[in-house]
Amino acid sequence: MSDLSPNLIPAETPAPKYLSGLRTVLRDVMSRPSGAIGLSLVVFHVLLALTSPLYVPYDFKTMNSMLMLMPPSSEHWLGTDHLGRDVLTRVLLGGREALLVTGVATPIAVVWGGFMGILFGLVGGRIDEVLMRVVDAFLSLPWILKMLVLIVTFGSGIEVLIPTLAFFYGIPVIRIARAATHDVVARDFISAAKARGHGRMTIIRRELVPNVLDTLMVEGAMRWSWMLLAFSSLSFLGFGVSPPTPDWGLMIADARGFMSFAPWGVLGPVIALSSLIIGINLTADALAKALGIDRAQKAPV
Amino acid sequence: MKNAPLIDISDISVGFTGRSGQMMPVLRNIDLVVRRGESVGLVGESGSGKSTLALAAMGYLKRGLQLMDGSVTFRGDDMFAQTRQHLERIRGGHLALIPQNSGQSLTPTSRIGMQLVEALKLHRKLPETAHLPKVIELLGQVRLPDPETIVSRYPHELSGGQQQRVAIAMALAGEPEALLLDEPTTGLDVTTQAHILELLRDIAAERDMAMVYVSHDLGAIARVCDRVVVMYAGEVVLQGSTRQVLTAPMHPYARGLLASIPKLSDPRLPVALDGRPPPPGGAGLGCAFVDRCAIAQERCGCERPALSPLPSGDVVRCHFPEQASQISIMGSGADPVRRAPGGDVALSLRDLSISYHRPSLLDQILRRPEAGVATVDDISVQITKGETLGLVGESGSGKSTILKSIAGLLPPVGGSVTVAGDQPLPFAVEKRGPDHLRRIQLIFQNPDDSLNPRHTIAQILEQPLRLYFGLTGAALHARSAEILDRVRLGAHYLDRLPSQLSGGEKQRVAIARAFAAEPDLVLCDEVTSALDVSVQAAVLDLLNELKQSQGTTYIFVSHDLAVVRALSDRVAVLYQGRLCEIGPAKDVYALPSHPYTEVLLGAVLEPDPDTAPTLTADDVVELSPPETGCPFQRRCPRSLGPVCASDIPPWQTSPEGHAIRCHIPLSELAPAQSLS
Repeated sequence: MSDLSPNLIPAETPAPKYLSGLRTVLRDVMSRPSGAIGLSLVVFHVLLALTSPLYVPYDFKTMNSMLMLMPPSSEHWLGTDHLGRDVLTRVLLGGREALLVTGVATPIAVVWGGFMGILFGLVGGRIDEVLMRVVDAFLSLPWILKMLVLIVTFGSGIEVLIPTLAFFYGIPVIRIARAATHDVVARDFISAAKARGHGRMTIIRRELVPNVLDTLMVEGAMRWSWMLLAFSSLSFLGFGVSPPTPDWGLMIADARGFMSFAPWGVLGPVIALSSLIIGINLTADALAKALGIDRAQKAPV
Repeated sequence: MKNAPLIDISDISVGFTGRSGQMMPVLRNIDLVVRRGESVGLVGESGSGKSTLALAAMGYLKRGLQLMDGSVTFRGDDMFAQTRQHLERIRGGHLALIPQNSGQSLTPTSRIGMQLVEALKLHRKLPETAHLPKVIELLGQVRLPDPETIVSRYPHELSGGQQQRVAIAMALAGEPEALLLDEPTTGLDVTTQAHILELLRDIAAERDMAMVYVSHDLGAIARVCDRVVVMYAGEVVLQGSTRQVLTAPMHPYARGLLASIPKLSDPRLPVALDGRPPPPGGAGLGCAFVDRCAIAQERCGCERPALSPLPSGDVVRCHFPEQASQISIMGSGADPVRRAPGGDVALSLRDLSISYHRPSLLDQILRRPEAGVATVDDISVQITKGETLGLVGESGSGKSTILKSIAGLLPPVGGSVTVAGDQPLPFAVEKRGPDHLRRIQLIFQNPDDSLNPRHTIAQILEQPLRLYFGLTGAALHARSAEILDRVRLGAHYLDRLPSQLSGGEKQRVAIARAFAAEPDLVLCDEVTSALDVSVQAAVLDLLNELKQSQGTTYIFVSHDLAVVRALSDRVAVLYQGRLCEIGPAKDVYALPSHPYTEVLLGAVLEPDPDTAPTLTADDVVELSPPETGCPFQRRCPRSLGPVCASDIPPWQTSPEGHAIRCHIPLSELAPAQSLS
């Protein structure tokens, strides 16, 4: 008989805690300040990545020894880098690779991690215990170490980066999906379905998965921002995108040596990268609230 | 200064900011004065603001709530104008709170003694050496057995009732002048509840403490309070002496609330109070209760009644208090459908035995025999078609376990379950045929948990219809609507999600889902325990109506003896997974009784200031049944000695089919009873 807690009290219109349909979820996300800001940032970056080649002012790889490390001017709004390339052009183009790789790798990570997690959660018992210890062992190694081993062995093209990131970032998803499965399986609506005599697959498909999906969606958004950070770090270390393709991580690495007298080289990509990651995090936050999930995971930024 | 107000709440309004930025009031213009040594009860449905009011008395508001108006003073200090340090000194010191679930408010990783010492250090200046003796003294005062060992226990090692006692001891550590109790006995067994309430009464009287007792349970209020405040939609609607409010309340809501409580003294079905309270900010210009009021007139819809005094000394918020007395406060609802004994057998359980014990890997390897006693044992019951069997017992008595086994969710280790003279059913649900599955349906306690939050009501109802009858398309939709109609919900509910429904509506959907299968046997597992009393009455009424129209057989499990009485033809009493007594409801609730039934009935609290519980056995919680003899031997107030410990008592059956399992002869069980 506890009192209604104020944040759950329906205001003028009853706001359901669980929402059906993507449109209702989106509307709820957009109605929150964090969601509106976050989602706008993400949409802005995605649109930019898709369209930027059409309107960038300069060619991204044309070097000009006369224009090395020029400060911002009316011709070069964000100045030029140490090879005399236009920084604005490279910032506008620098997210394309990162968004492509992480945009493909994130769904793969969520699907495979989610599938394994639900499977482990359902199997339970000793097999689950043993497998989870393997997962723990994986998680206890620093991610950069694991990834560098694979990249050094197989090279650093997109065809290696996508599966590598998807694989490693799917492992924490296993944990989350397994925990969510455990929670849902213990609930009475699963018992009710069992007692009615539904088949196992029907119960999983109709009763279990829709309830785990909410958690996975939020987790997916979180993984995306972590993955972006990882991708940029790899580029920064020289294992991601190969020059002269513009990339924020790579640009930061290149311009970092001249930061004391030419800070514009670093500032552009830093702002671009952080705004995207912050955008994703804010969206994930609003999404979690819209779906009624307490987010335990900490944001990377 | 006996009559100086201790807590003085004056004209407070509390609210939260709604989505449109408007303030939504949760409490509206409440005045409440509590004097030293006085005990005031706050009652109302969930959401009526009673807990918020009690917490406001200590200057605390839940997150998101704001004080809109008014003031709260405690011993003359304005509680909302104090510094944090001063508040900390008052709270827990002069003014202590005992929450509903103390198990959750005790720190799980620290010993009971440590936690009490901490409370002492905070609020009392005692020399270090005096701490432990004082803690032991406090634990003794709350009548915990063996305080010296309790000191070194962890909270999880104590039962719910013991944890509640520790919470009381902790509240007493600061020598408070007033106690705020927020549903302190909800969720406890009847016997434990009765013992805790007696303890609170005694302590309050001894120390001349004031108490503010929040509860939805009018029986508990009747036992501990001098004065009752009835709240509705954030307002005080009636305030008066406990006797007056419980016997002749002058407000329609209070009368409806009383009528909706099942009572042992009144075996009829309680009367449901239809409708639901307006949401915060949803009350119109008029009386907040107008939509549910039986005597509402035009004036009630447009003019908010003021609190006005009555000749009896009560204050009431109603335009027509004189006419309120037309509304009955007794359970004059429909008579429950009773079945005459005899007829075809719907379900028969033979020597059913269930064990939660799982052999460990080592046991399996070493082929060790099964250790320990079964959780549920030796259950043999036959239920005739159209009959309702009530199963009662304290928590842990195995009531729900038996239902799960019948439904096939928990395979028993021995015995048989047979439906309608058929072959015995396979134990596991996967091995049962579709027809058997359809004929047995289970309804769970909490609809929040038993309805998939991601499915619409239509999707929920479709599942049994598709599975058992293969319905699709328009026929499926039509049938779903028809079934919803049968539980008195309209077809417009089909597209909603469970979260958009109230608790009572959700439970109706759960009932509708079970009845969609056209079952012969419906297993009801505490189906009304999570609901408000007024809603509970409506659900009981619905179950009774469905029984009448469908001829369904029920097994109705509840810890509430009055609820079971209202619906059941026969009642079985369980203790530690063993049957103690079974028979026609009227016989089980009358003489002669098994000593355990007597203990249970004696502890039931009725919303009547003139009845006092008779407490004959200690509220000890046993974790496992004894290996031999009578299961109740360790707590039995009428134990015969060694024979009870060594021999399983025989069934003694009366000609009416009332059977008691006890060594004491029936003739001796009868006269010693003090119950009528």
